Amino acid sequence: MLSVQNLEVVYHDVVLVLRGVSLDVPDGAIVALLGANGAGKTTLLRALSGLLDVHDGKVTKGQVLLDGTAIERWPAPRIVQAGLSQVLEGRRVFAEFTVEENLRVGGHSHPDGLDAAIGEVYELFPVLKERKDRTAGYLSGGEQQMLAMGRALVARPKLLLLDEPSLGLAPRIVQQIAEIVQEINARGTTVLLVEQNATMALSIAQHGYVMEHGKIVMDKPAAALLDDDDIRDFYLGRGELATSYRDVKHYKRRKRWLS
Amino acid sequence: MTDFVQALVNGLGQGSVYALLALGYVMIYKATKVISFAQPSLMIIGGLFAYHFTRVWELPFWIGLVLAALCGAVLGMVVERLAMRPMVGKPVFTLAIITIGVDIVLRIIANRYIGVQSKIVEYPGGSERLSVGGVSISHQTLGLMVVTALVVVGLLTFFRKSRTGLAMRATALDQETALAQGIKVGTMFALAWAIAGGLAAIAGTFVATQAAGIEQTTWIIALKALPAIIIGGLESINGAVIGGLAVGVVEALTAVYQPDVAPWLGANFALVAPYALMFAVLLVRPYGLFGQKEVERV
Repeated sequence: MLSVQNLEVVYHDVVLVLRGVSLDVPDGAIVALLGANGAGKTTLLRALSGLLDVHDGKVTKGQVLLDGTAIERWPAPRIVQAGLSQVLEGRRVFAEFTVEENLRVGGHSHPDGLDAAIGEVYELFPVLKERKDRTAGYLSGGEQQMLAMGRALVARPKLLLLDEPSLGLAPRIVQQIAEIVQEINARGTTVLLVEQNATMALSIAQHGYVMEHGKIVMDKPAAALLDDDDIRDFYLGRGELATSYRDVKHYKRRKRWLS
Repeated sequence: MTDFVQALVNGLGQGSVYALLALGYVMIYKATKVISFAQPSLMIIGGLFAYHFTRVWELPFWIGLVLAALCGAVLGMVVERLAMRPMVGKPVFTLAIITIGVDIVLRIIANRYIGVQSKIVEYPGGSERLSVGGVSISHQTLGLMVVTALVVVGLLTFFRKSRTGLAMRATALDQETALAQGIKVGTMFALAWAIAGGLAAIAGTFVATQAAGIEQTTWIIALKALPAIIIGGLESINGAVIGGLAVGVVEALTAVYQPDVAPWLGANFALVAPYALMFAVLLVRPYGLFGQKEVERV
């Protein structure tokens, strides 16, 4: 169980990016986190996995509890050790390594049973096994995304953070990624899924959070979010709007939940 | 012909020293993208450790060599921890300048130890030479070549096979992603410095076995490893070795032939030859012979 309580994050000591975020990821669930660009989704993930340091960011308030232990000040390697792994946005495979070497690096924190863990990943992604001696940088985008996910899974995480796994992929591949996420979840890994592709995310998640300007502005079961008029207008897209913009003054057109 | 082969052998011998030093530069550059100008002092101090162990404490040469390498490694780690770690995230240029400062400080300490008498480490077997068909090679040069070969093979295996070696390579490619895999990036930096320090100490020990020993000006030798790494490509282990050997050979051949073939270049042109070679290589291959080609999908 991951529980984030009132988390505040500041970059470069001045830029307040997260302004009191709270969310819960229950064990065994898939939770979706939606939001426009710049809402703070990636920053939240960095705070969870201990990667804020690299970007000169700091947690100034609040707590991140992983199974009841506060981890918001832990260094990244310790968090991975504790069972929380992140797949970074943009895949970030080690381009010059082979597929297999990438997976071995993923198992750095869990050297025991590494070969077995890699075997499981190959079972989940048969295409990686076919390409295991290829240079990772030459794989297709979808294969690289699978490699990035596989690399995180080698560490056998309890909780997997996925940052925009559908980024830049063709619709069919996105569907495939969605199925893989469900499969990973079915095998016992809790998933926190950050997505711009709200339809895909909500179709596989049980619960969804919507972030805007560094705050959680909405929090409902995924099915309810899919039916929500505002969400449909702003994230899912559909032919006509729930309210005609012609009747609204321009400065009111942008929906804000707070302010 | 014998002259040529003899010069080649001498060049390879001296080149081994450059190769060891160049490997040290490459280790640090790969891990942290910083060119460490502290290598000359690490080499000198490594040689002095060996001197102290073998001449003052009278330990056998090979034990002295291993101990010197270990002490060099520890010294490298200390430098990393005290001078480099607090500056993580600062521009690499700043870090490179700091290494110059470290070099000056360490050399001043070393010079206090050296004094006016040059410090010579005795190689077991002394000045015996092995002769094959008119070409002779000293036992000490032979030892140096064997040690260098072992070190290179050891390093290559370490980076290819071991878990830590793989983690170091991953860190060199992308620090944030390496962190996200649970790799302790700081430890990897320290390890890179330790390896560099150890290599410099081995090089220093063999420099100390040469006739001139270690004097206050010996550190200049380590600067010749700079053209070596630029010739080989800053990030390549193979490149460092080949660059180092090439610098040694070119230097030796120039010393033998240039006075007859091109006397108008003046005396001691051999000292400049490595840099001339560096220019020639850079004109043809700007990333060095083994420089990293970016893996890119088109």
